Amino acid sequence: MQKSLLINADKCTGCLQCEMACSYEHYGIFNPSKSRIRVFDFHNTGVKVPYTCTQCDEAWCLKACPVDAISIDLVTGAKVVSEDTCVGCKVCTIACPFGTINYVQDTGKVQKCDLCSGDPACATACPTEAITFVDADWTGLDRMREWADKLGNQASTN
Amino acid sequence: MSWAGKLLRVNLTKGTCKSEPLNMEWAKTYLGSRGLATKYFVDEVDPKVDPLSAENKIIWATGPLTGTMASTGGRFTVVTKGPLTGAIACSNSGGYLGAELKMAGWDMVIFEGKSPKPVYLYIEDDRAELVDASDLWGKTVWETEPAIKIKHQDPQIRVSCIGRAGENQVYFAAIVNDLHRAAGRSGVGAVMGSKNLKALAVRGTKGVGNIKNPKAFMAAVNAGKAVLAGHAVTGQGLPTYGTQVLMNVINEVGALPTRNHQDVQFDGAKDISAEAMAVERADGKSHLVTTQACFACTIACGRISQIDESHFTIENKPQYKNTSGGLEYEAAWALGAANGVNDLEALQYANMICNEDGFDPITFGATVGAVMEMYEMGVLTKEQLGIEAPFGSVKALCHFAEITAQGIGFGKEIALGSARLTAKYGQPDLSMSVKGQEFPAYDGRVIQGIGLAYATSNRGACHLRGYTIASEVLGIPVKTEPADTDGKPELVKAFQDATAAFDSAGLCIFTSFAWTLADVAPQLQAACGDEFTVDNLNLIGERIWNMERDFNNRAGFTSKDDKLPKRLMTEAAKTGPGKGTVSGLGKMLPQYYKIRGWDSDGQINADTRKRLGL
Repeated sequence: MQKSLLINADKCTGCLQCEMACSYEHYGIFNPSKSRIRVFDFHNTGVKVPYTCTQCDEAWCLKACPVDAISIDLVTGAKVVSEDTCVGCKVCTIACPFGTINYVQDTGKVQKCDLCSGDPACATACPTEAITFVDADWTGLDRMREWADKLGNQASTN
Repeated sequence: MSWAGKLLRVNLTKGTCKSEPLNMEWAKTYLGSRGLATKYFVDEVDPKVDPLSAENKIIWATGPLTGTMASTGGRFTVVTKGPLTGAIACSNSGGYLGAELKMAGWDMVIFEGKSPKPVYLYIEDDRAELVDASDLWGKTVWETEPAIKIKHQDPQIRVSCIGRAGENQVYFAAIVNDLHRAAGRSGVGAVMGSKNLKALAVRGTKGVGNIKNPKAFMAAVNAGKAVLAGHAVTGQGLPTYGTQVLMNVINEVGALPTRNHQDVQFDGAKDISAEAMAVERADGKSHLVTTQACFACTIACGRISQIDESHFTIENKPQYKNTSGGLEYEAAWALGAANGVNDLEALQYANMICNEDGFDPITFGATVGAVMEMYEMGVLTKEQLGIEAPFGSVKALCHFAEITAQGIGFGKEIALGSARLTAKYGQPDLSMSVKGQEFPAYDGRVIQGIGLAYATSNRGACHLRGYTIASEVLGIPVKTEPADTDGKPELVKAFQDATAAFDSAGLCIFTSFAWTLADVAPQLQAACGDEFTVDNLNLIGERIWNMERDFNNRAGFTSKDDKLPKRLMTEAAKTGPGKGTVSGLGKMLPQYYKIRGWDSDGQINADTRKRLGL
């Protein structure tokens, strides 16, 4: 069973534990500027949104890469960059509609979320379950349950 | 390690920025942030210096855990000599600025001298430069931060700056970072203003990677996070209600200073409480919009609120219609109960001005309380104030908030703080302050330990130098009776020393509701070195406390300054569980000096100096 990162922005507090966990997992350093997940703080509305790669099925980044540096991890479904192959041409960063694959000056390569080989550090570090790692076929399960509760369970007791 | 190992020295007179290696000997004995910055400060600055002169210095300092994944590891401290008090000032703040500074590769920045014209410091990793700020002078905090980001075409810059209050050297001007987090107390913002220093802007991309034992560190960090999550205060109370969880609690124990400490309970407390912030208003929304954490914090006590769009305070004022930080307990109390004002929306309006213009809501609110009392006594008149200002006047509170930073009309006098203001009008006993700094939101005559903590705090009255409320009200780590004076000197000393260690590590003091130094030590040991045992951290805390005290003593403070206002010593609490009590400071202070190893004048004994290596 493949799993997906599920992000619930309502629960995000903006603590950036996810960003540090990501940079630590991949580079052994606490450094949000090297994180593959970023939290956006919309000050005027108070909304904070963690954002990262959704691992598109037909991945634009993968298709655009001229040297086949991006492959699919068949176990996790993650689209993974091979640093050995990547030439830093950045075409994938143009192809990605969501901006979630980015160039890294230090390495001269691109980086993106690789789901940490199936145990995403960001989800583990998140203190509020704003980021969870769930059955890829059932990312809507919690929301379905909420509505089922509202429409069925609560309605019948009213 | 986990210190970056270098500091930036900025000479504002000459316009130079120089890198220096961090004194690692001192880092081992004073840890970082508050402790280490104070060590540099007392070593370099004459205690008699005029706080608003070029000879004063001002330091931004991170701790060894700042910028790491340790929960709440995002704190920094601003250390200087404070204009409000003339004592050592160290104001601590969260947000994201501290971590960004550390990630740029700096443990601290020392500013000295005075710039001939307005400037701001821009740091991009190893590179630092002073940039002309003529176009920013006169701008508010909320205008300055976006202007700097636009100028450098980089939305990821973090900014710490002053607003108009700091520029105009309001005695309680704050330094605000990330729009609504603040190094709030003792007037540190006025020192910036006196130096023509508008802001410190930083972008750090190097990260924090020199953890001594990463595996052990992550294990200790995760254990610490689990303790916070499992504790009633840090896992439930603060995340759900914020610090405002205290409003009804403190009112019930009869320790909510009301109307300039004339009363200890406020009948409007429920209207300005955390519970009130969550209630649906007439417009169908609640005041509270969401919660906000600072960098790395897994507690998230911060509140983000939105004023009712139809409220009279924000008519035709679009900048107050968005969400913003607040209300926190201290601000809600100082702007509210201290003045008898129970209009939640108006309190948030005044609070937003405090953030926008950059001044401390505690001292501001308490000063307004003193003004209202003098108005009711007939000492101050409507003609002088520009408005009728009895206790409970929402309009007067908002009016004073609007005119203080720019020094318009009577705002120039409020900008003095309550001690100078009441003295000017011949009523010095009406200033609810110690060493010139106003009390926070707990009555020091009803809760004996906190009274002693206020009287002996090195930066003037403050709850963050020894939060004995944890023990005396909340029962953490053990319950002590608020009315008891026995054992309180020992309690105060223990809290003061431990707090200095928490602050100096780069952690938030709120972790100490759930953590003791036994939870901090493993994180520091894994990150920095085995020597940071619990015993050593207590010793480091005690050393820092005495170093601050020594600076104040050399600045001219004596035991005569370790006192509470007459009101707390002679006017008994009128209601509540503590009805009839006054402060027992006279009983506690000699014992406190004794266990501190100080003489009867509050001067540090030679053997205490020797023991602490001062």
